[in-house]
Amino acid sequence: MARVLRWDVLVGALLIAVFAAGSLTSPSFATVDNLSFALGDLGEIALIALAMTMLVVAAEVDLSVASVLGLSSALVGSLWDAGMAIETIIPLAVLTGAVCGLVNGLLVTRLGLPSLAVTIGTLALYRGLAYVVLGDRAIAQFPPDYAALALNDVPGTPIPYPIALFVLLAAIVGVVLHATGFGRALYAIGAQEQAAFFAGIRVKRVKLLLFVISGTVAGFAGVVFTLRYGSARADNGVGIELAVIAAVLLGGVDFDGGKGTLGGVIAGVLLIGLLRNLLMLGDVSTEIQSIVTGLLLIVSVLTPRLVSLVRPALKGSP
Amino acid sequence: MTPMRLTAVTALLALGVAACSGTTKSSVTSAPAPAPASSSAAKADPNAPIKQGLKLAFLPKAINNPYETIVDNAGIEAAKEYQGEAKEVGPSDASASSQISYINTLTQQGHDAILIAANDANAVCGPLQQARAKGIKIVAYDSDAAPECRDLFINQASSEEVGRSQVKLLAGMIGNKGDIAILSATANATNQNTWIKFMKDELGKPEYKDMKLVKVAYGDDDDQKSFTQTQGLMQAYPNLKGIISPTTVGISAAARYISGSKYKGKVVLTGLGTPNQMRQFVKDKTVAKFALWNPKDLGYLASYAAAALVSGQITGAEGETFKAGKLGERTIGKQGEVILGPPFTFDAANIDQFDY
Repeated sequence: MARVLRWDVLVGALLIAVFAAGSLTSPSFATVDNLSFALGDLGEIALIALAMTMLVVAAEVDLSVASVLGLSSALVGSLWDAGMAIETIIPLAVLTGAVCGLVNGLLVTRLGLPSLAVTIGTLALYRGLAYVVLGDRAIAQFPPDYAALALNDVPGTPIPYPIALFVLLAAIVGVVLHATGFGRALYAIGAQEQAAFFAGIRVKRVKLLLFVISGTVAGFAGVVFTLRYGSARADNGVGIELAVIAAVLLGGVDFDGGKGTLGGVIAGVLLIGLLRNLLMLGDVSTEIQSIVTGLLLIVSVLTPRLVSLVRPALKGSP
Repeated sequence: MTPMRLTAVTALLALGVAACSGTTKSSVTSAPAPAPASSSAAKADPNAPIKQGLKLAFLPKAINNPYETIVDNAGIEAAKEYQGEAKEVGPSDASASSQISYINTLTQQGHDAILIAANDANAVCGPLQQARAKGIKIVAYDSDAAPECRDLFINQASSEEVGRSQVKLLAGMIGNKGDIAILSATANATNQNTWIKFMKDELGKPEYKDMKLVKVAYGDDDDQKSFTQTQGLMQAYPNLKGIISPTTVGISAAARYISGSKYKGKVVLTGLGTPNQMRQFVKDKTVAKFALWNPKDLGYLASYAAAALVSGQITGAEGETFKAGKLGERTIGKQGEVILGPPFTFDAANIDQFDY
């Protein structure tokens, strides 16, 4: 019974319900083109959510991801404009993301600061650096071959390249998180950090690695974002961190750490994306869209708590 | 692998790749441009009737911008005149990427034409091309998309005329002398940047040699940010004599700040604003003169232009003409541009005749 009531299973069911409702109410919803668009729109959020899931499971959070994305985008634009080859720029942008993540990780693990505070700080810092790098300019005209990689579908499928990459990475993260000692270590750290430490887990080193992964992925997402929109700007991706965290929470990962599944997060990402797409097809205004997503998020955080309150009471009754 | 080693390996990888040459800006820009995807092969038939039951969608920069609401509503009204159906949808923020998913949605919904005020001329390009590939006509209005991504651009006024007239308007009020600043929308707003280019050119003329442009500030078409940017300008440049704000959000925020500050009467503010937004500031003498075209006519013209395109009266080529309802006949200019007309100057004497 408890298995069936797990939140991530419910999110999966909700996802199917949204999909069914969409197919019934809107003729343009369940078309290959539309779903491909909707998936493409989720690319960066989905990629970053993978790294964020591991962080939140280990009871940490990285709010600076959208700013790292912006910094990476600004760097891509500025270097491209300066005449550097895109093949050089892309690894540099990803590397910059890794360095941003390293700084976050060092501040959290070496100085023992709370990641919420550290990454709120670097959220502002990295966004500021993005403006230093590119200023108020917008750089366009990226090479069509590379833009196609960010925008187009894998030939013969309705799956955009970034989503194909996401599927691949999700498989890796899924195995690591749910079938390896390292994954178990993340849950242990999230559930009881001190106990994990005494059990021999190198807590600080693991956390540092998670932040570096988070930064690297965000840096890469910046490249994808820039090429997909064909426009490098310092303000690219503002606010994406909230969408990512919303998806992770909606997917049933506990903000206190130690709980949650990657499957739930993937369902959460898809649910947010498809719901938004469906509301847009139904000409629902942006304000109502925000309200619906917001309510859904509150319900997702509230329901498991209510269930855990109600369940003992039920058991106690004769 | 430790994070340190991971970083080092990535760095080496980057350097390794850097060593070989690759795709650079010059190698891309020197390549021949792809052939335009437009249906230029189709022939225009000026006498074709406007099709009945056309479905149009207006996609403004952001839906909560009062100016854009006026434009779009006029366009929606115009559609009723030719038995068409139009709606307005759009994002709540004016960022480059937020219009993309709307373009995709409108494409899926199967509209005959999408009318867009582009937040970023290039960012919207890919999805607009995809829409055109499905036979949807694209009309940019208010703020242009890259010309190869749309069929027509309805320009509110000739950009050159707007830019130069703003400088003339301000110069006349400050006696051609003193430090001036510009408070613009976002740094990438296509129309504002074009106007500013012509403002700078106009300022280069000898009669403005005593006027000095000290700063172009960006309020991002956000009321609060424009307000604080104005505040910042006053503090950074104590000798400031005048501000031009060529955006309706910027000028009203700047006026609100100046009207409540010690700079009222010392710093001259002008720019582009709507009469309803600016009325109180003209009455309290914060602002003497400002300019704008008629936004209702802009939406109306865009709506008719889209209908003419879909009905095959025009294809978007230079020299073609179409009838725009009560506005009469219009001609398509260079690069598919249709110009609405010269900007109109509002002051205390005439402002009460307008309500929008």
